[in-house]
Amino acid sequence: MTTMKHTLTMLVQDKPGLLNRVTSMIRRRNFNIDSIAVGASAVEGFSRMVLVVDGATTAVEQVRKQLDKIIGVVKITDITDSDVVARELALVKVEASPETRSEIIQLTNIFRGNMLDVTPDSIIIEVTGDEDKVNAMIELLKGFGVIEVARTGRVAMTRGVLGPLKKPGQEKPKAKRIKKAASRKEEPPVS
Amino acid sequence: MKLKGAQILCESLIREGVEVIFGFPGGAVLPLYDTLPQYPKLRHILVRHEQGAAHAADGYARATGKAGVCFATSGPGATNLVTGIANAHLDSVPMVAVTGQVARPFIGKDAFQEIDITGITVPITKHNYLVTKADDLAAIVKEAFYLAQTGRPGPVLIDIPKDVFDEQANFTYPTRVDIPGYEPRIEGHPLQIKKAAKLINEAKWPVILTGRGVIISRAYAELKELAEKAQIPVIHTLLGISSFPGSHVLSLGMLGMHGAACANLAIDEADLIIAIGMRFDDRATANVSRFATRAQIIHIDIDPAEIGKNVKTVVPIVGDARTVLSALNKHVEARSRVEWIRRIEELRRLHPSTQIRETDELLPQYVIRQIFEVTEGKATIVTGVGQNQMWAAQYYCYDRPNSFISSGGLGTMGFELPAAIGVKVGRPDETVWMVAGDGGFQMTVQELATMVQENLAVKMAIMNNGYLGMVRQWQQLFYGRRYVATPLLGPDFVKLADAYGIPAVRVVSKTEVIPAIRRAMDTPGPFLIDFRIEPEENVYPMVAPGAAIAEIMEAPPCEQAPLGGK
Repeated sequence: MTTMKHTLTMLVQDKPGLLNRVTSMIRRRNFNIDSIAVGASAVEGFSRMVLVVDGATTAVEQVRKQLDKIIGVVKITDITDSDVVARELALVKVEASPETRSEIIQLTNIFRGNMLDVTPDSIIIEVTGDEDKVNAMIELLKGFGVIEVARTGRVAMTRGVLGPLKKPGQEKPKAKRIKKAASRKEEPPVS
Repeated sequence: MKLKGAQILCESLIREGVEVIFGFPGGAVLPLYDTLPQYPKLRHILVRHEQGAAHAADGYARATGKAGVCFATSGPGATNLVTGIANAHLDSVPMVAVTGQVARPFIGKDAFQEIDITGITVPITKHNYLVTKADDLAAIVKEAFYLAQTGRPGPVLIDIPKDVFDEQANFTYPTRVDIPGYEPRIEGHPLQIKKAAKLINEAKWPVILTGRGVIISRAYAELKELAEKAQIPVIHTLLGISSFPGSHVLSLGMLGMHGAACANLAIDEADLIIAIGMRFDDRATANVSRFATRAQIIHIDIDPAEIGKNVKTVVPIVGDARTVLSALNKHVEARSRVEWIRRIEELRRLHPSTQIRETDELLPQYVIRQIFEVTEGKATIVTGVGQNQMWAAQYYCYDRPNSFISSGGLGTMGFELPAAIGVKVGRPDETVWMVAGDGGFQMTVQELATMVQENLAVKMAIMNNGYLGMVRQWQQLFYGRRYVATPLLGPDFVKLADAYGIPAVRVVSKTEVIPAIRRAMDTPGPFLIDFRIEPEENVYPMVAPGAAIAEIMEAPPCEQAPLGGK
């Protein structure tokens, strides 16, 4: 086990119950995850999940292999060691009086956040970035009184033209190619 | 061709080669059962409890290698299957379970006999389906059988709402399946195979560990070739019994908690372990952190997730046991390993674990040995779970491939009787002996009626000691002889058998054993023997929980100190 936070990206079939299968596996094998984000992928009929696993408490390779066994999980990759772009979005509702409002607006601007809603007593701020930036923003806002926080968890992808479904020299990935691309025949089995 | 959902299911089952279904009807599957008479090719065997259907399908699948099929209705019918499905899941048994579901408009309304069986069975199936329209049914059945029987086999459940059985749809049976991301690896990686061969060629004290994977892939000949060519002793797990001939000079027997002492000690001394189709279960490894500390491990398994799960592997090979072994054999060089074989023989001589002590008492070990003698080792043995299972594993010599059928991973008491029914259905021409304890037998005893109704000649041996014996053994050894809730009152099993119309005999002394077994064999149809065995007889050798595999109690602790260890 490593102490690192691992990012796993998954391409899954967009079928009822698939998320349940994934979370059920995580729960029953006692895997510890920091976040899970789910949404549509570039390929119709398939969703993308991004999972952050704490390597200090969980055998990441086991997580990858066990999740890979789920029927409907097409491809799962640990992209921790790859060159990746990772972002998280948070909505923060913070107490704001006429006296503190301008200071909060200033802070929001420093973090390149957006103000989504302003009421006489509160502001909702949207902030996007890596976890450290989001954490720092929330930490600063705590001084004003944070009422509510909603975070998406990490979404991530590797840089460059290669994707989980795309290999060098291949055109745009298509659904019918998924099976072929997802096979890992080229790689030696890993322990 | 337009057909009703129920007909589509039956047509699909026939196309998958299904001949037998174990099931129990009910409200939600009425349309299905109403359709069955149109398909005389499908033999339906009515069980007395759905758990029996799942275990019988399991036994049938283990005996034939084909997916076992069971039917149950919605709600309680489906939940009663759960133990049997879990059992099949843990032992990688191909099974397709079909459950009825309430009609689509009622789903999610807590309707009568509605239960979320797909939700319940997510962690205990390889995959499951809720069919939402008859149009999808044929493709789902095709996929289900494909998943159940390929890669690492396992149970697949198909939940079908009542109104889908009645819905009309076009029927064409798909010729192929396309499941994105599901592509079991059959061929081992050539580089890894070469690496493994190199390790084997260089090893001084190698052992082979075999599991049920060898039986599933029928790698018997390839395994034998490897062992004989390279002169490597073969040790098996509980479910690996009969993967390698028990009487073979290289066979060392079973490892683990109740394994042969010589097998456990050989593992402790080995410098290389070639594990094939087994998963280093805790009952097999004992204390895993002190398992085979001198050995490097080559792990061959079709399931990549098993590799590195419990033990560290030097050379992992993901693939089908038979395919990998035949590739591996090409690179493995012949060796004589005189020194190692001599040491193995010495271990075997010093630790004759399966000796039966001389006594007039009725010992269960003696009973099993006599079943072996009378059946000339040609029977298929189906066991319960607990002491009876361990004695059956230790004292019968399994030379015929796949002749030992038992619940390993889940350890399901009550498996024996319905599983024996399934085995006998799958192997009608073979002698099938069920070995049970008086505890487990009472858990599914209702299936005696199924056996009689189907006239299945299962021979039954109950190791009746009036205790839940294995639990009592643990209480004796580790809980200060406090026998809490283990003394067990059973019925008069002979009278019980008589009530079902099954001939039976009670055996209370050693001299009656052989005649009773002979009589069972000579009597057509089922036969039951109630063996009143020594009540406090224990299973030895034993590795205490938490102890290392070499720390073996070969006899009761008061008589002999543990040997081996570091």
